[in-house]
Order: sequence, then C-alpha cells, then structure tokens
Amino acid sequence: MGEPIIQMRNIEKHFGSVIALAGVSLDVVAGECHCLLGDNGAGKSTFIKTMSGVHKPTKGEIFFEGKPLHFNRPRDAISAGIATVYQDLAMIPLMSVSRNFFMGNEPLKKIAGISFFDHEFANRVTMEEMRKMGINLRGPDQAVGTLSGGERQTVAIARAVHFGAKILILDEPTSALGVRQTANVLATVDRVRNEGIAVVFITHNVRHAMAVGDRYTVLNRGKTLGTAIRDEITPEELQDMMAGGQELAKLEGSLGGTV
Amino acid sequence: MANTAEAPGAPPQDERVKELSTFRKMMIRPELGAIAGTILVFLLFLSIARDTGMFSPEGIMTWSTVSAQFVIIAVGACLLMIAGEFDLSVGSMIGFAGIVIAITSVSWGWPVWMSIITAFILAMAIGALNGYLVIKTGLPSFIVTLAFLYILRGLTIFGAIFTTQKTIIGGVKDVAQGDWLAPLFGGTVFTGLFQWFADLGWIDTFSRGSRIGQPIVDGVPMLIIWAIILLIGGHILLTRTRFGNWIYASGGDAQAARYAGVPVNRVKITMFMFTAFCATVFATCQVMEFGSAAADRGLLKEFEAIISVVIGGALLTGGYGSVVGAALGALIFGVVQQGLFFAGVESSLFRVFLGIILLLAVILNTYIRRIITGEK
Repeated sequence: MGEPIIQMRNIEKHFGSVIALAGVSLDVVAGECHCLLGDNGAGKSTFIKTMSGVHKPTKGEIFFEGKPLHFNRPRDAISAGIATVYQDLAMIPLMSVSRNFFMGNEPLKKIAGISFFDHEFANRVTMEEMRKMGINLRGPDQAVGTLSGGERQTVAIARAVHFGAKILILDEPTSALGVRQTANVLATVDRVRNEGIAVVFITHNVRHAMAVGDRYTVLNRGKTLGTAIRDEITPEELQDMMAGGQELAKLEGSLGGTV
Repeated sequence: MANTAEAPGAPPQDERVKELSTFRKMMIRPELGAIAGTILVFLLFLSIARDTGMFSPEGIMTWSTVSAQFVIIAVGACLLMIAGEFDLSVGSMIGFAGIVIAITSVSWGWPVWMSIITAFILAMAIGALNGYLVIKTGLPSFIVTLAFLYILRGLTIFGAIFTTQKTIIGGVKDVAQGDWLAPLFGGTVFTGLFQWFADLGWIDTFSRGSRIGQPIVDGVPMLIIWAIILLIGGHILLTRTRFGNWIYASGGDAQAARYAGVPVNRVKITMFMFTAFCATVFATCQVMEFGSAAADRGLLKEFEAIISVVIGGALLTGGYGSVVGAALGALIFGVVQQGLFFAGVESSLFRVFLGIILLLAVILNTYIRRIITGEK
C-alpha cells in the first residue's frame, strides 16, 4: 500500500460542551476505498465535514500529501482536490444535467470580450461522461429531477472525478436507494477507485461496505475502534463494532442476521 | 464482488427513456403557458376590438407603452424569483425613487442628471439592504421586503410633505430641459422614421393645433427601449452566462449550490439590487413622462410584477423560470388592461379577466414544469 494521500491524526471536535469527536485517526491511500462505518450519531458526518473543510478541528492534525493542512472554507478543500458528494444535496433537481454538472465550474468562452457560458462544450462533456457512467440521457438539457436517486449520485460522482478530485468523500450514497440502484452506485465507486482516486465511503450498511471496501474504520460515540483490512474482518464483527456490542447480538438472534 | 463489478459499456437505449418528438420538444418549455396566453389574448381582442382603434398606430403605442412598464419591473422580479427570493417593496421603491428625483431637482435645484443618479444609488443601496437582511437573518424575503413596502412608502410621503408640503411634486419637465441624462428616460427615438411614415400616410398627422402636420405617434418612447434592453439583457444573463447558472442554482437549492462553490449570498444580494434598478428605471421614465412625481406612485406594482412573472412560467419558490415568459406575461397584462378599455368593457371586469388568466396560465405552467423537471 502506497503513501497516504490524506492523514487525519487524533482529530477532536467539540461543539460547546458536546464532544462530537474524541480523537479519531484515519488515513486514505490513492486507489483504495476506505469505508467509514458507524451508527447514527457516531460522528461520521462531523468527521467528514472536518475532512472537507466545513468544520475546523478543535484538536488534531491533518496532513495532505505529506504536508500539514488547514482549511478555512469548503472551497479550499475543493481546490485541494477533496470532493464531497452529499446524500440529498448532490444535485439541483430543477436544473438540467449539464447545468448541474458544471455548477460552480462553468466553462466560459469569450465573444466580443464578454464571457459566456459555453453550452456547446458543457453539453458535449456531460453527454460523454454520462455515457461512460452508463446513464442514458434524452439530452444534456434533461432535468436532474427526472433521474433516479442512484443516477443522481452517479452524476455527482462523475462530476467530482471530472473536476480532478483526488479524494472522493461519499456521504451515505446508498442509504436511500433500491437494490439495482445501489449496485450501480457501488459499481461506480469501484470504477472510480480503479482510476486511482481515494474513496472515503460513509455508510451504516455493512453489506454495502463489504462489497467495495478495501479497509474499514468504525466510529462509535466519537471514537474510532481501529482500522481493519479486508479479509481480516467479517461482516458480523463490523456489525458488532458499530453497535457497540451487546444489544444487537440479542436482536440478531430474532432477526436471523439480516440487519 | 468488488473486483468483478465491470463498468457497463455504452448502454443500449433504455426502453424506459421515451423519445420525444421534435414538436413535443418545441412545445414543452417554461414559456408555453405565456405563449398560449398571448395568442389567446390577441385573438380575443382582434375579434372584439378590431374597429376601436386598438390596432391603429396610436392604439398599438398605448398598449405597448403600458406593457413595457410591466416588462421593466417583471424582468427584475423574474430574475430575483428564480434566485429564490421575492421583493414586495418594488411599488414603494417606484414612489420613493420618483420623489427623490423631484425633491432633489425641483426643490433643491440639483442638476437633473445628479438627481437621477442619486435615485439609482439610493434605491440600489436599499435593494442591497433588503438582500443583506434576508441573508443575515434567514427570514423569508416575503417578510423583510413587506416591512420595506411600508417603511419606504411612509418615508416617501413624509419626505414629500416635509420638504414641499405636497405629495405631488411637479415642474420636473422644466428643470430637465437641456439635461444630458434625462432624455435617456423621457423622450422618444426614431422620430425621423415616424415623420417619414406620416409623410407616406401610414400614420395620421395632427390636422389642427400647434403640432399640425406632425405624426400623432412621433416615435418610440424610451420606456419601450428600456423594456427591450432589459428583456434581452436579462434573458442573455440568465441563459448564456455563468452568473445565470448561479441564479438558477441559488434558487434551486441554496445549500447544494454553496457546496458546489456558488457564491449564493452575492448572487441574491445582486438580484435584489437589480430589482431596485428596474424599479428606478420605471420611476425615472414615469417622472420624465409626466413631469411630476407623486408619493403614491407604484401602488400594487410589486404584485403586478409577480403576476407577470408567474404567468410567464416561473416557479414561486425559485430555481425555475424564463425572462421571455415574464415579458410575455407583462404583455398579456398590458394588452388586457388597455384592450378592455378600447372594447368599452366595464373596467372593474379587468381584475376578473386577470384572475382567470393567472389561474389558467399557472395550471398549464405547473403541468408543463412537472413534465420537464420530473417533479411529483
């Protein structure tokens, strides 16, 4: 395994008297899919928001490509190559796929000294990227609202990759999706990883994590329970760590291990 | 599975993606409701008011001018609504800007160009304040600008009475004589062309009085020129520029837009300022045309602007709409108002008509929008 592209060391984050993160460490290597697991309230969202520049850590260090790093705004993280795809906020349904794809990164062309949105270029690139991702569009002007949830996640991932993301943070991309759509998104994650991009995959679904993950870090009540490598851990162990042990074990008996 | 999940190649045509016919594609657009409404309204008045002079040169000029007034404020309201905000203070802003011009130029003796520029600066500063308060407090712009509807109207009446003891200030035409900026809002253009039309007999000429021999319609009012400039400029800004994409994004989902790096606050505040700019253009044209300013001018204009925009296919909650649609909505508004007058219909029925058109257009627009955006 190569050098980590980003290292988070003993990250602590306090909100007033609430300790959301109590010393979490994690590193991500290019070309791996690092799954961040945890139940609701475990601190997953706070942690990735620290990684993507939304929150400043109260304590702890972040190294990006070996150098210490301080983000002041999400924009800093984006320009450093850290892209985050949020579950519901990935796309704007009323806007066309092409306008969404280039939102915040609009291509410009100059006509008589005035900069215009280069629709021709945007449409061409969008259609190309969508074809690569296996999404059928009627046209680049089709509204995102007409796409399925899985397709929206895929468009958002394609967008991040197209704009040079080195680290792709996916915030529960599969939690609201059906079986087929989930499979499509997981296949997309796999393809992106194979292109050499570091993927941080947040989920509370162990089966989705096992499907694509190379390494697993489990968060519980703001603390990390360590990082495990694929093949060294079973889904049951991951499940137990997430739930913090006992209670789920009892439940599992009656549910037949389907959680 | 992780290593076996193959990337799907070029997929076969999805059987569930319906091919749309070219005709359907042309029809399904945000402005469809407004286009249909415009055709309907013109057909209606061509049948009931053809012989009343509504479609003579003067008649056309009358409803064009009224429609152009609506277009000017509708363009501002449209872009602001697409950016996700409302401005209910437009009407009060019109009264305010007019009184500022009149007080400074007539009562205080400032050069008219300075008065006009002052009105623009003050109005746009208030627009920026509207936007700043909406962004900072997180309150709905409906409430913030409703407050300014009252604050500005009250200040305008107070200011007029305090300085001149009157709510109507006249004499602007006299002080505007020879001013370099005033003709940009007053006057008419293409007068030579219209004289030529009159010489050819296409336009009637005055047969009596001091203007004998001159055409009854002597040119295109600057008001109409402003409406056309704002319409074309607004349309290009929205559909062909980066800023236009930001306007859609800010109104569509402000948080998602922020995550993508769109400066949402700047976009919204700029649009509040643009709305104030449009209101001031309206006010200045009106003051130059009438030669006076009145503290009660612009009453209810904010709703007329919003109605035009909504007839034009914009979504009240933002993120979707069309400047061309809003302009057509304004045209419908003007033609119906003047057409009923020409047709001799009882003027109170205007509101009935307008309500019905509003309802029909919005029902059609909602249906179209659902097809386009996949909204449920």
